[in-house]
Amino acid sequence: MKTRTPAIEGWFRLDDADPRLLATRCKSCATYFFPKETTFCRNPDCDGRELEEVALSSHGRLWSWATNYYPPPAPYVAADPFVPYTVAAVELEDEKLVVLGQVAPGVSPDELRTGMHMRLTLGPLFEDDEREYIVWKWDRA
Amino acid sequence: MKRVAILGVGMHPWGKWGHNFVTYGVVAAQAALADAGISWRDVQFVSGADTIRNGYPGFIAGATFAQALGWSGARVSSCYAACASGASALQAARAQILAELCDVALVVGADTTPKGFFAPVGGDRPDDPDWLRFRLLGATNPTYFALYARRRIEMFGATPADFAKVKVKNSRHGLSNPNARYRKEVTEEEVLTSPVVADPLRLLEICATSDGGAAIVLASEEYARRIAGPSAHPPMIAAISTVTPTYPNTVIEMPNFATDSGTASGPSFRDSIARAAYEEAGLGPEDLDVAEVYDLSSALELDWYENIGLCKEGDAERLLNDGDTTVGGRIPVNPSGGLSCFGEAIPAQAIAQVCELTWQVRGQADGRQVEGARVGLTVNQGLFGHGSSVIVTR
Repeated sequence: MKTRTPAIEGWFRLDDADPRLLATRCKSCATYFFPKETTFCRNPDCDGRELEEVALSSHGRLWSWATNYYPPPAPYVAADPFVPYTVAAVELEDEKLVVLGQVAPGVSPDELRTGMHMRLTLGPLFEDDEREYIVWKWDRA
Repeated sequence: MKRVAILGVGMHPWGKWGHNFVTYGVVAAQAALADAGISWRDVQFVSGADTIRNGYPGFIAGATFAQALGWSGARVSSCYAACASGASALQAARAQILAELCDVALVVGADTTPKGFFAPVGGDRPDDPDWLRFRLLGATNPTYFALYARRRIEMFGATPADFAKVKVKNSRHGLSNPNARYRKEVTEEEVLTSPVVADPLRLLEICATSDGGAAIVLASEEYARRIAGPSAHPPMIAAISTVTPTYPNTVIEMPNFATDSGTASGPSFRDSIARAAYEEAGLGPEDLDVAEVYDLSSALELDWYENIGLCKEGDAERLLNDGDTTVGGRIPVNPSGGLSCFGEAIPAQAIAQVCELTWQVRGQADGRQVEGARVGLTVNQGLFGHGSSVIVTR
């Protein structure tokens, strides 16, 4: 059994029961940043320097999607033989951030429609001899 | 706003020639100088648009081209703004002229590109969003183009045939352009049977990566009169927009993972790019005779029709299908053939757009001439928030 490892540290919660993207929220103006902004608030009208980590809502609506039929260049680690995959843009319900993520492998692009409810899930991105690298994915809600 | 004159333009044809990028830049620069009727020794300022895939000489393009043309003591600057680098280089030269720090400047951009998808700069760089989007999402440039294309289908009922027709139009426009890389008419059927790269976009609808070079000689109005005579009416640059987004930027943009939070909504970045140019020139979309827009994909050209105010949101397909944007139509778009016929030579591209408008307003665009063209606009966008729009008038 390979060790499940996040493909990137600190961007999401590796918890299959309640997977969440990890963002920051400015303590002064309450805006959200994903990936995390940790030093200065990027709202031009806010001088906030205190940004707290928050878990983003795990649901949103599909903004658009695209399916790739050719392997991308490195540093992507493509499956061999290559399997087409879909990238979705989902607008989070509460925070109104549109976040990209691959679509979970069980979902056919033919099922997708703009405005559809989506939920965050976890899945393998690639693996090596010892580890399976996990990333966030979008699934049908 | 005071204007600057376009004294000369020149290009090295786009293609896959296998030469060093400096060669393309020098050929384009010499063509622009000859077109301007001045010599290299007359140039007081060289503004280079950088390339990031050709080592150190690419990062200091102004000096690289100046040295290749022969050190003359001219002052130089080099800038990078991704696809918008050419507009930034033009802006740097215009600012020098308008500040009366120089009378005449040479703007050059050139590139040699690798084959296939643009990849991030090499090495293990987990702090670079451009590296991470490939690593974590497999999000290539066409992935982003396809997200926008799918959005048009879902929101406005655009069809794959609409997208294909953009390619068909541009392939006809580019047929007689001596600087275009692809000079072959394609049919709707050929587009719609080409391989799907990033659904809903097919191979013939996505801009290729190319080698090429473009250059422009800019001068003060006084200098232009001195060189060309008091009765000459050279094309003028009436505006250059290099705006950045305003917070919150709520449309997902390459190479980002997410938008700003849209709990407070702001104006669209892409709408703001040409708007800033119109305001600077005191003109509006109704004044345009011709436009060169950044058709990284067939579908993206349709987005630009709306972003530059040619029609309202959702009407771009109608504009295309009515023939309005074909040469001979009401407002021809991409008479050069666009990226569709050129492919992308990043730092040269925004300069090439202005070269095309120059030929158009001079009446020299053989085989693709927009009759009586007097006012043209370019628009383009570089990743990491670089707007680019230039208005040329005569």
